[in-house]
Amino acid sequence: MSTTTTPQTPAPAPTPASDLIGSGQEGGIRDQVSAYLQRVRGGDMGGLPAIAGFVVLCILFTALSPYFLTERNFANLLTQAATLVMLAMALVFVILLGEIDLSAGVTSGVAMSLFVVLSDPGGLNLNWILALLVSLITGIVIGMFIGFFVARVGIPSFVVTLGLFLGFQGLQLIIIGDGGLYRIQQPEILAIQNSNMPDWAGWVMLVVMIAISLATSLLDRRRRTRAGVPNRTIALMWIRLVVIAVIAGIVIALLNQNRGTGFLAVSGVPIVVPITLFILWLGTFILDRTRFGRYLYAVGGNAEAARRAGIKVVGIKWAAFTVCSFLAVVSGVFSASKVGSVDAAFGRDIVLSGVAAAVVGGVSLFGGRGRLIHGAIGALVIAVITNGLGLLNLPGGVNFLVTGGVLILAATIDAVSRVRSGGSLIRR
Amino acid sequence: MDSPLIELIDVKKSFGPVSVLKGVSLKVFPGKITALVGDNGAGKSTLIKGLAGVQPYDEGEVKFDGQPVALHNPREASRLGIEVVYQDLALCDNLDIVQNMFLGREETTLGTFDEGQMEREASETLRSLSVRTVKSVRQKVSSLSGGQRQTVAIARSVLKSARVVILDEPTAALGVAQTEQVLALVKRLAEKGVGVLMISHNLVDVFQVADYISVLYLGQMVASIETSATTSDDVVGYITGSKTYTGASI
Ligand SMILES: Nc1ncnc2c1ncn2[C@@H]1O[C@H](COP(=O)(O)OP(=O)(O)OP(=O)(O)O)[C@@H](O)[C@H]1O
Ligand SMILES: [Mg+2]
Repeated sequence: MSTTTTPQTPAPAPTPASDLIGSGQEGGIRDQVSAYLQRVRGGDMGGLPAIAGFVVLCILFTALSPYFLTERNFANLLTQAATLVMLAMALVFVILLGEIDLSAGVTSGVAMSLFVVLSDPGGLNLNWILALLVSLITGIVIGMFIGFFVARVGIPSFVVTLGLFLGFQGLQLIIIGDGGLYRIQQPEILAIQNSNMPDWAGWVMLVVMIAISLATSLLDRRRRTRAGVPNRTIALMWIRLVVIAVIAGIVIALLNQNRGTGFLAVSGVPIVVPITLFILWLGTFILDRTRFGRYLYAVGGNAEAARRAGIKVVGIKWAAFTVCSFLAVVSGVFSASKVGSVDAAFGRDIVLSGVAAAVVGGVSLFGGRGRLIHGAIGALVIAVITNGLGLLNLPGGVNFLVTGGVLILAATIDAVSRVRSGGSLIRR
Repeated sequence: MDSPLIELIDVKKSFGPVSVLKGVSLKVFPGKITALVGDNGAGKSTLIKGLAGVQPYDEGEVKFDGQPVALHNPREASRLGIEVVYQDLALCDNLDIVQNMFLGREETTLGTFDEGQMEREASETLRSLSVRTVKSVRQKVSSLSGGQRQTVAIARSVLKSARVVILDEPTAALGVAQTEQVLALVKRLAEKGVGVLMISHNLVDVFQVADYISVLYLGQMVASIETSATTSDDVVGYITGSKTYTGASI
C-alpha cells in the first residue's frame, strides 16, 4: 500500500508473433478453406447464395431459350442491369445502418427531370455538363434533407422516405409537366449505355484491375509483416487474382465479339461497365479501410456502443443518406441513357427492386452486415430473372411473382443466418 | 497511503426537484480496487456518469492527481485516462474483437487502417491481462460468450493506457466460472497500477477483490472503509440504512 505504482503502457519490446493470439490468418490453404467452410456453415454466407442463384438461373435460361446465351443478350443484360446495380449499391449505404430509403428512385427522377428540362436544346439549353452537375448536387441536397429528418429529428427513415416517395412524384410532375416526355439528346449521356470501349481498352481495363488488386494485396501484406503479425498464405492471393482474371477475361472476350446485326459491327465493353466498377472499387475501399466505413458498420451494429466510443452517430447517418441519394442520381443517369428519355414516372418503380437486390445479394436489413458487391450481385440476379423471363415470352406478371419470391427467400436466408451466426464460434 | 488518483469532494447532482447525489465524497487509489455499493436507486450509476463526463455534476469538486479538473464530456474524461465499462457492455456484435477494441480510435496511415498494428496491440493487451479463452482476435463478437465479451470490454478500456477504469456491475450476468475469470481480470488491472472503481451488488465478489468499500445510501456516502476492517453483515447494514458507520473515512 505504500509503494507508488505507475501505470504501465504496453511493453516496448514487441511480443514475438508466436506469442500473439491467433487471427485466423495462420495455416496453409487447407486450414483457410476449412475455416471458410466453418464460417459458411455457421451462417456467415455473404454473397454465396446470390452467386449460386445467379449461376443456376443462367444455366436454366440457357436451357430454356436459345437467345439467352448470345453475345448480344449478354451485353444487353449488363446494360439493363447497370441501373439496378448502381441503385442497389446506393441503398447498401443506408441498409447497413438498418435504415431504408424508399425515395431513392424518385430522387433520381427529380434530378433527371431537372437535367432534361435544363439541358433541353429547345428550351433552356444549358450546357449538359452544368445540367448534370445540377442534378448530382440535387441528389446531395435531397440526401442531406433526408439525413436531417432521420438523424437530427429522429423520424424513422421508412416514414420520411415514404413521404418523399409521394412528394417527389408530385415535384417531378411539376418539373416535367403533365404527360411530358423529354428525349435525351446529349450524345455524351447516351454513350454511357449505348456505346462501347474499343476492344483493346477492355483488355487495358483488365490489366488495371489486376494491377490494383495485386498492389493492394502486396501493400497489405507488407504492412502486416511490418507490424509483426502473420499473413495469409500467399497462394490464396494468387488464386484470387487468377479467378478474377479468368472471369473478367471471359466476360471481356465475350463482349469483344461482334454482336452487331447486319453490316454494322458492334463490339467492346459498354462504357457503363468501367464507371460502375470504379464506383464499386472506391466505395468498397471506403467501407473497408476508412473510419467512415468502419463507423457505418458500427452504427448499424450497435448505435449506442458507437456513440459511447465517441463516434458522431448523427453525422455518420447524415453522410450515409447523402451518399445514397447521390449514387441514386448516378443510377438515374444510367437509366436515362439506357431508356433515352425522361418522363414524369421516371424512377418511380425501381426502388423496391433496388432494396430487393441488396437483400438478395446478402445485405442484412437488420443493419451492420453486407458489402457493396453484394448489392451488385443481387442486382445481377434480379436483372437476369427479368431478362430471362422476357426471352421466354411469359406474361409480364410472372416476372414480379418470381422476383418477389426470390426476395422473400433471400430475406429468410438473412434472418436464419443471423440467428445461426449469433450462436456459433466462427473465425473471420 | 498513496495519494488518491481521483478525489470527489462534496459532489451534488439533481434532476429537477429530485436530488440524487447530496454531497458525495469518494477516493480512488492507483493500483487499488474500490467497490461502490448501495441499494437500487442509491445513485451509483449517476455518480459514475459524472466521472465519465456523460452527465456532469451540478456542484462539487473533482480532483485528478491532486489537480482540480472539469469533466463536461466523455472526451475530457478519456483524455485524462478515465475509461468506463458499462453494464450493457456496448460492443458491436457485427465487428470483430480488434475492431471493437479500437472502435473510435483506430490506427491509420494516410487515412487508411493499419490492421496489422491494431491486431498486434489488441493481442498484446489481451495477453498482458492473461486472457487465455479467446482463440482468435478476428472472431466476431457475436460469437463470444458473456464472459468473453466482458473480457473484451475490459481489455478495450485498458488498451490506451487507462489510469482509472470504472466497471458497472461487471459480473452481473455471468456464471460462476466466468465470474471468477472476470474478477481475476479486475485484479490484474489493479496490479498493473490502474485505479479501479467497481460497482457491484454482489458482496461476495466485493469481499473477494476490493481493497476499499464505499457505501452509498440515498445519495449520501455513509461509509468508506478498508475491506479488511469490516464484515459483510456490517456492509449490508450500511446499505439498507439499518446500521450507521461511526468510524473515520479513508
Ligand atoms: N436522468 C434522470 N432523470 C431523473 N431521475 C433520474 C435520472 N437518472 C437517475 N435518476 C434517479 O436517480 C436515482 C439514482 O439512480 P441511479 O441510476 O444512479 O441508481 P443506482 O444506484 O445506479 O441504482 P441501480 O443499483 O438500480 O443501478 C434514482 O431514483 C433514479 O430514478
Ligand atoms: Mg445503476
